Amino acid sequence: MSGNEKPKIATTSLCGCFGCHMSLLDIDLRILDLAEIVEFSRSPINDLKTIEDRAAVGLIEGGCANEENVEVLREFRRQCDVLVSVGDCAISGGIPALRNTIPLSECLDEAYRNGPSTVNESGDIPNDPEIPLLLNKVYPAHEVVKIDYHLPGCPPPADTLWTALVALLSGKPLDLPYKLLKYD
Amino acid sequence: MMETLGDLVRGTCDLVHRDRTRLLDVARIVQERLGCVPGSAMDLIASHLDVKRIDVESLVSFYSFLSKEPEGKVVIRLSDDVVDRMAGYDAVLAAFRDELGIGLGEKTPDGSISLTRTACIGMCDQAPSALANDTVLTDLTPQAARAIVRGLREHGDPKRLVNRLGDGQNAHPLVLSMVGNHIRRAGPILLSPGKRGRAVELTLSLHPAEVIRAIKAARLRGRGGAGFPAGMKWEFTRAAPGERKYIICNADEGEPGTFKDRVLLTEFPDRVFAGMTIAGYAIGAEEGILYLRAEYAYLVPYLEEVLAKRRVEGLLGDHIEGKFSMSFDIRIQLGAGAYVCGEETALISSMEGLRGDPKNRPPFPAQSGYLGYPTSVNNVETLCCVTRIAEIGVATFCQYGTEQSAGTKLLSISGDVTRPGVYEVPFGVTLREVLVMCGGEEAGAAQVGGPSGQLVGPEGFDRAITYEDLSTGGALVVFGRDRDLLAMMYGYMEFFEEESCGYCTPCRVGNELLKNGLLRVMEGRAEPDDLEQFRAIGKTMKATSRCGLGQTSWRPLVTALDAFPDLLAGKVVSDPDGFCRSFDLKAEVSQAEGIAGRKSEHAGRKGGDDGR
Repeated sequence: MSGNEKPKIATTSLCGCFGCHMSLLDIDLRILDLAEIVEFSRSPINDLKTIEDRAAVGLIEGGCANEENVEVLREFRRQCDVLVSVGDCAISGGIPALRNTIPLSECLDEAYRNGPSTVNESGDIPNDPEIPLLLNKVYPAHEVVKIDYHLPGCPPPADTLWTALVALLSGKPLDLPYKLLKYD
Repeated sequence: MMETLGDLVRGTCDLVHRDRTRLLDVARIVQERLGCVPGSAMDLIASHLDVKRIDVESLVSFYSFLSKEPEGKVVIRLSDDVVDRMAGYDAVLAAFRDELGIGLGEKTPDGSISLTRTACIGMCDQAPSALANDTVLTDLTPQAARAIVRGLREHGDPKRLVNRLGDGQNAHPLVLSMVGNHIRRAGPILLSPGKRGRAVELTLSLHPAEVIRAIKAARLRGRGGAGFPAGMKWEFTRAAPGERKYIICNADEGEPGTFKDRVLLTEFPDRVFAGMTIAGYAIGAEEGILYLRAEYAYLVPYLEEVLAKRRVEGLLGDHIEGKFSMSFDIRIQLGAGAYVCGEETALISSMEGLRGDPKNRPPFPAQSGYLGYPTSVNNVETLCCVTRIAEIGVATFCQYGTEQSAGTKLLSISGDVTRPGVYEVPFGVTLREVLVMCGGEEAGAAQVGGPSGQLVGPEGFDRAITYEDLSTGGALVVFGRDRDLLAMMYGYMEFFEEESCGYCTPCRVGNELLKNGLLRVMEGRAEPDDLEQFRAIGKTMKATSRCGLGQTSWRPLVTALDAFPDLLAGKVVSDPDGFCRSFDLKAEVSQAEGIAGRKSEHAGRKGGDDGR
């Protein structure tokens, strides 16, 4: 982070609900302060699809449920100096990981064939080459790549994200008050 | 006339006077008679004992010797311990499977024989071993396994499988077992002869407070492993208010590799019962209970006879030794196959007719134990020490051992040694001296104190067997230099994962994480960070599990890390890209590829990342 160049920050939502990104936006006007000190690289917020140069910080929302999630996460690992798992899905797999005790084929049958609200006369399960293949199970991010920090919460409060980001970018020790650490 | 299910359950419940705290006994008897505790029986038991159906179901599902589904008339339980595996378990299992034509957990089509595996049955000095119902089968070979199956097919009677008798009281008409004592070294205290009745007689001439003072003066500490001062435990129990008090002898010897209590109960049952009687006198209890692990059920008729004889001789019952105020009797409570019940509060739960779940402490059993009454739970060996202290005196007892570890200790030695068996050694002896005694000089490592103890490498062989250094409940499993130590530790982690009662998350999840982590190391899929993670998990388990199981079950892995750092470090590699080497994308999309009928574009596509 030397020179005049602002450090870059990249974010992504893998198998998550974008709630963690909503929480990030919830820092309200401080996003202007953030824009002062960082440059946003790949992120759903600006819709950039690639990390052009390396990024200083990568924020990961969501776990890995399909092959594309893995691909994206590995790309983030390659391109980011520091990778942070944000929220319960990235940290533990979260709600999507509830399917982990059920064989994949049964999950798909329930979703596309047998579910009480399903109307699917052909009985086909969507299968376009564009659709990433699902993994046998849903994985937390740190079981796929090395993760440097974890910020728990569903979602982590905006103040938690803000405090953590400021600490990371300023290189100061992170001091999160108890009320900002949420586990639900 | 055929006995109906209703008759059986009613009769059984009447046998225990419809006492709901005897639910375990009721379930055991029904299991023995029907080969299972079916749902219909659960309903009847629940109504007779005035408990909820779910309490019965919960209990049956907890213990490995109870089942809801019918088992064969004869259940063969192969002891699947690390030592059994070292001694040829796999070949024996293969022979059983082949001869029976069934796999583990299955039953022959005619319903005559079930084959299953169980944790260490306390026969590591004669491994591989198995139980056929209550009958112990030792020193198994594939040939012996085939002969056993043929024998059972012919006559169906496990007792007739005993083709030789063990030494000492194993040949007693009420035991008739092929189990051997293998007493290799009889020391001056525990395995030396004494005079029956003498200890109780001498004790009753003292005031209970004097008895406690003597046990404290002898610096007697618990021999089960935890090492709590016995005299202090008794003092607390005596001082605690309660209209009744109990002394429980913990004979749920379940720590893999331990079998010394089995030998004490076989050769010196009077010594155990005298110790209980003395304890009862000291704390003011009128009832003692011997909690015997189900694997030792073959000793029950013999032990009952010893108790009956003591009653006739006035050593049990009312007015013992003519002392008007002294009434004391002992009953035997059988367990039903659960390692965690060796933990004293779980043992108490089990005796109360509950699942063998540990309880929160405080209150400690000394304040509120069995049925809520002040209770002292002591190990078999501790109580034998009590009897001997009464017989030989405090001074003689304290001649042996060290300042903080007085007396002698029984070791159950097994594994790669030429003379496996039971050794009585003075505390303070070094591990190296013990290894020389048992023919284990060539050892590459020793597991001291069982899986919940620690793995010690050659540089630790000069450490001493004491509470202050190498503390042990008695198990010593010796590994030769060419043993795959990680496979051994993995066996122990499998054991803990299975035996965790599941109540505390750190234990329920931690054991599985450690087991899976170790597997990754063994398969070369782990990274250096994983090793630090093992320590962190162990620390959490120790701090946040409520009983000894979770507080210690991380030890096989973490003590292996300490004793053999290179062994694990040599198997872990960092990934240059920071990817987890344990994550296999190709394998992870396998199901989806099958369902979609197309190959993944990502798995194996990118050059240089070899398909991860």
